[in-house]
Amino acid sequence: MGVVSSLANPTRFLSWSSRLLPIVSVLAALTLAVGVYWSLFVAPPDYQQGDSVRIMFIHVPAAYLAMFCYVVMAAAALGTLVWRHPLADVSARAAAPIGAAFTFLALFTGSVWGKPMWGAWWVWDARLTSVLVLFIMYLGLIALWRAFDDPSRGAKVAAILILVGFINIPVIKFSVDWWNTLHQPASIVRMDGPTIDPSMLWPLLVMIAGYTLTFIALHLAAMRAEIYRRRARTTEMLIAARPASTAVRPTEAAATGAPPHTAH
Amino acid sequence: MSHLPYIVAAYGATALVIGALIVWVSADTRAQKRRLQELEKAGPRRQARGTAA
Repeated sequence: MGVVSSLANPTRFLSWSSRLLPIVSVLAALTLAVGVYWSLFVAPPDYQQGDSVRIMFIHVPAAYLAMFCYVVMAAAALGTLVWRHPLADVSARAAAPIGAAFTFLALFTGSVWGKPMWGAWWVWDARLTSVLVLFIMYLGLIALWRAFDDPSRGAKVAAILILVGFINIPVIKFSVDWWNTLHQPASIVRMDGPTIDPSMLWPLLVMIAGYTLTFIALHLAAMRAEIYRRRARTTEMLIAARPASTAVRPTEAAATGAPPHTAH
Repeated sequence: MSHLPYIVAAYGATALVIGALIVWVSADTRAQKRRLQELEKAGPRRQARGTAA
């Protein structure tokens, strides 16, 4: 816990993330390149779905990341409420637009796959509807954060809303088991093992790894941007609050993006 | 390849959205870093070192 807390110090985070980000970005690009080539040109067509099964290689990782990103935000929300860690709200806020983008991709690619297979772009099925709710929750959280001028004031409200919304994650996961849905049940994470042929499972796993690395790179970069934004905001407030003759170095108070303590 | 328009639409949208995310996050990081550096330059940093001693 001490090591994690030490690495999560905003200044240390900026230092180690600047070294890690290029490595993760290159790994993500390479993994995605291999995965896309494997998915489009090497994996065989499905005996029933034909080549439309190739949409699975981008749909499943997007759907998995849509939920994974929310789990990351829920963990960060706990960090905000329980430990009041300065980086926890930064992490949640940086993850939200990325989660919204991947949820949109899961909905869009699912719709484009559904049309030739189900004969419909959209059905009000439990899985599809719960993922749509997740997308709306992401948009709502982004709007909520933007509504607060001071990030520290919005952090607690957003954290509570994230944790309340977490109930939707098991609903999405188990919706195909709890209700009679058009969407197929789980075929990778199952008690009796994956039901996909290895010729399709391996490229799918490579794509999941590529998407996960892409998410890590984007999240690290977005967190860095958010830290800089909060430091700039605090520095602006310090400059505005103090006359030049009594000024102190604004970067110290701005290190975590904390509001300045003005001397009276 | 069967269902080609659907496959192209799905992969095209994915490339577009992920590409847009990468561009937006990179541009935002650069913009915020530049803004902070400009503020620190404009701020009373030098005087603070002088008066703190």
